[in-house]
Amino acid sequence: MSSTMQMNRRRFVVSASAAGGGLALGWLVPWGASPAMAQDVMHTTAPTGGGAEVGVWTVIAPDDTVTVRIARSEMGQGTLTGLAQLVADELDADWSKVRAEYVAPEVNLANKRVWGDMSTGGSRGIRASVDYVRKGGATARAMLIAAAAQRWGVPAGECTAADSVVTHTPSGRKLRYGELAAAAAQLPPPADVAVKKPAEWKIIGKGVKRLDTADKLTGKQVFAIDVMLPDMLSAAIAQCPVFGGKLVRFDADKVKGMPGVRQVVTVDEATVAVVADKWWQAKTALAALSITWDEGPNAKVSSASIASFLQEGLDAKDAALGQRKGDVAAALAGAAKTVEAVYGTPFLSHATMEPMNCTARFTGDKVEIWVPTQNGDASLAAAAEAAGLPLSAVKVNKLHLGGGFGRRGQQDYVRQAVLIAKQVPGRPVKLIWSREEDTQHDFYRPVTQCKLTGGLDADGNLVALHLRLSGQSILAYLAPSRMVDGIDKNMFQGLLEGELGYMAVPNLLVDHAVRNTHVPVGFWRGVNANQNAIYLECFIDELAHAAGKDPLAFRRSIMGRNPKHLAVLNAVAEKAGWGTPLPAGVHRGICQFNSYGSYTAAVAEVSVSDQGALKIHRMVAATDCGHAVNPALIAAQVEGSFGFGLGPLLYSECTIENGRVVEGNFDTYQVARMADMPQVETVVMPSGGFWGGVGEPTIAVVGPAVLNAIFAATGKRIRTLPLTHHDLKRT
Amino acid sequence: MISLDINGRVHQVDADPDTPLLWVLREWLGMTGTKFGCGIAQCGACSVLLDGQVMRSCSVPAGSVGTAKITTIEGLSPDGSHPVQQAWLQHDVPQCGYCQSGQIMAAVALLQEKPKPTDADIDEAMSNICRCGTYNRIRAAIHTAAGNGQG
Repeated sequence: MSSTMQMNRRRFVVSASAAGGGLALGWLVPWGASPAMAQDVMHTTAPTGGGAEVGVWTVIAPDDTVTVRIARSEMGQGTLTGLAQLVADELDADWSKVRAEYVAPEVNLANKRVWGDMSTGGSRGIRASVDYVRKGGATARAMLIAAAAQRWGVPAGECTAADSVVTHTPSGRKLRYGELAAAAAQLPPPADVAVKKPAEWKIIGKGVKRLDTADKLTGKQVFAIDVMLPDMLSAAIAQCPVFGGKLVRFDADKVKGMPGVRQVVTVDEATVAVVADKWWQAKTALAALSITWDEGPNAKVSSASIASFLQEGLDAKDAALGQRKGDVAAALAGAAKTVEAVYGTPFLSHATMEPMNCTARFTGDKVEIWVPTQNGDASLAAAAEAAGLPLSAVKVNKLHLGGGFGRRGQQDYVRQAVLIAKQVPGRPVKLIWSREEDTQHDFYRPVTQCKLTGGLDADGNLVALHLRLSGQSILAYLAPSRMVDGIDKNMFQGLLEGELGYMAVPNLLVDHAVRNTHVPVGFWRGVNANQNAIYLECFIDELAHAAGKDPLAFRRSIMGRNPKHLAVLNAVAEKAGWGTPLPAGVHRGICQFNSYGSYTAAVAEVSVSDQGALKIHRMVAATDCGHAVNPALIAAQVEGSFGFGLGPLLYSECTIENGRVVEGNFDTYQVARMADMPQVETVVMPSGGFWGGVGEPTIAVVGPAVLNAIFAATGKRIRTLPLTHHDLKRT
Repeated sequence: MISLDINGRVHQVDADPDTPLLWVLREWLGMTGTKFGCGIAQCGACSVLLDGQVMRSCSVPAGSVGTAKITTIEGLSPDGSHPVQQAWLQHDVPQCGYCQSGQIMAAVALLQEKPKPTDADIDEAMSNICRCGTYNRIRAAIHTAAGNGQG
């Protein structure tokens, strides 16, 4: 089976996957427990506030300020605050004196990655760090208690810690952490420490305010795009609009003498940049450069040709198996009633508010970058590779991200910035992409279609379900080594046992016809969960309708042994008043889904005017992420994820014409705005016992809840997005 | 030379008069609180006040500003104490924070024009994009700043 149209493998993929593979370096146990570690760890970033390093995760100043080291990236999701809470709770710190700072990637590398993985994606920032950061806090606490016990000449077992104070219980003597830190820092870390039981948590589970708000209200927060350095130049970039095309020529003479222009730089075979004193001057000159492109073999590909390519996969014989249970073909043949539907979703751009940018300074034997990255390790590797220097020659300054959504796990813009800086040695160069470059050179959410076939028995029970995906695999493009037997398991997100809420259906088949296009694809907040949730949960609604059953009752009937799925479903139904009367013209839709280890459900209330105008009045969302580190921040993430999820439902798509993305800016690539937002009510219902993700899972339930409500309001099934393609007018 | 009155201080800038005010603020004057998001007045990340009216500075040529008084996020208050900033703090509005300078400036202009805005007023005036989706908290914060007793 030829399933690849024209793959366009770019060199930067190598950097990203090399870093993802762990840089082939040793790892220390990342809570500082190994006795050898005290010697192993060369000392680290100079803490900005001063103070002593107690263990590797905390720096404690004489005034009791605790600085918690953060390895993951903050892009709005609140991980910085959540991780600090985890450490501070185990440390028994006074939360009012806790702050946070990034670990520099080169310091992590030089210390055998003692702070663990820097990659920030897959809603893993908290849940993949919880064990070692809590042990880091507990280790520091034990060292502070040991220092106090030593000073008093008492057994450590007679001392307790709370609110950044150690107390010798029998005598009532007290010492502040700030008074103990210098001595504690000299002690060997204990070999192992126990972490608290959930009932003992004081800071974990509290809805404390974010640590990073104040500077975001005054313009003081420095994002990478704001970095100002002495002698800095700026660069604007043009990349071949057709993926897989090449740069043929440009006319540098046309821009010589334009204000501020310093140099025109060939970045790689498909990219040219103008370097100028100011970015505005570089961008102005770039437009005058008369660039000729060789558009290459993909110049005739369109959304229509891609749709046909995928459509063929819906009935293709060969498909990668996700899961099989029973005999779907036989059950469908024997069903009293069968229902079939085809759904589809388009390519999407991430559209972070802060466009791609990176500042780089190359000085022959060293390179330093200032970057908004979701993966500091990968940025370091990409910079080293582009500079042609060893990893140890790179310094990475991580700054808060103006949005990430999965885009900034890729390192193309880092590589470009370094390649440009290499040609202007000694001076820092800030590369900024225009919004148009950003929209038209993304790693897009892949295009997929889905054919669903369901069989009902005479009583309206679901006896068979076949879910056939056809479309592009992210791993095939970005990380083929992570595929197993040629299968990209991510394609089935939310649809396999362990996630699927309908395992009680006796005959089940989930498979995927791989249909890769020439369009670069990547991880877009929610990855495949958002699309799969629409396919599954809208079709379940179709089946309920065909069975003549209430959508909530029908779902309950096929939940089987999925009590956590059922619990969130019931929670939204109850909060939204499922089954109770609504104002005239207002209708409800419901759905549930599981992804990133969290259980989610939603109810939408919508009305559709006679002219077809959709109004989403209210949405209720429930999420069970096991343990909730900060319920207030979780609620904020859920609310925000609804704003994020409404864009693709209502407006957003990347259309392919002549091999390139048509949409360029927010006038054509439209996203949700204030007036689109419904009232959002969140139910955070942590059931404990596991750590689920938060940043992504609830996006998935936005689309199906609204689409099912639209059906209730209009009788129309919307099976392709965005809604701009559909007329909801009463007919 | 362009003369610009920004946050109560007059600056002389040696830039082409066609240069958008946004880039003069950011690159010539180093005032980076005003953000670049789209360059075509679509997203509002670059919102500033010109004589109290909210404008998208990416699409205002610096040479056209004349004697109008420019207020940027840096000039709203010396310490984040403006009632709109305080309301934003109270509701923990920002996530990534990149669009919030523009959102705050748009809200300040709205409240100057309509001290008690309705939800419909907010929908109409607050067309700035926030990709993190903080819209409902922005709405609540505007009501708080207006003393509307909501949120």
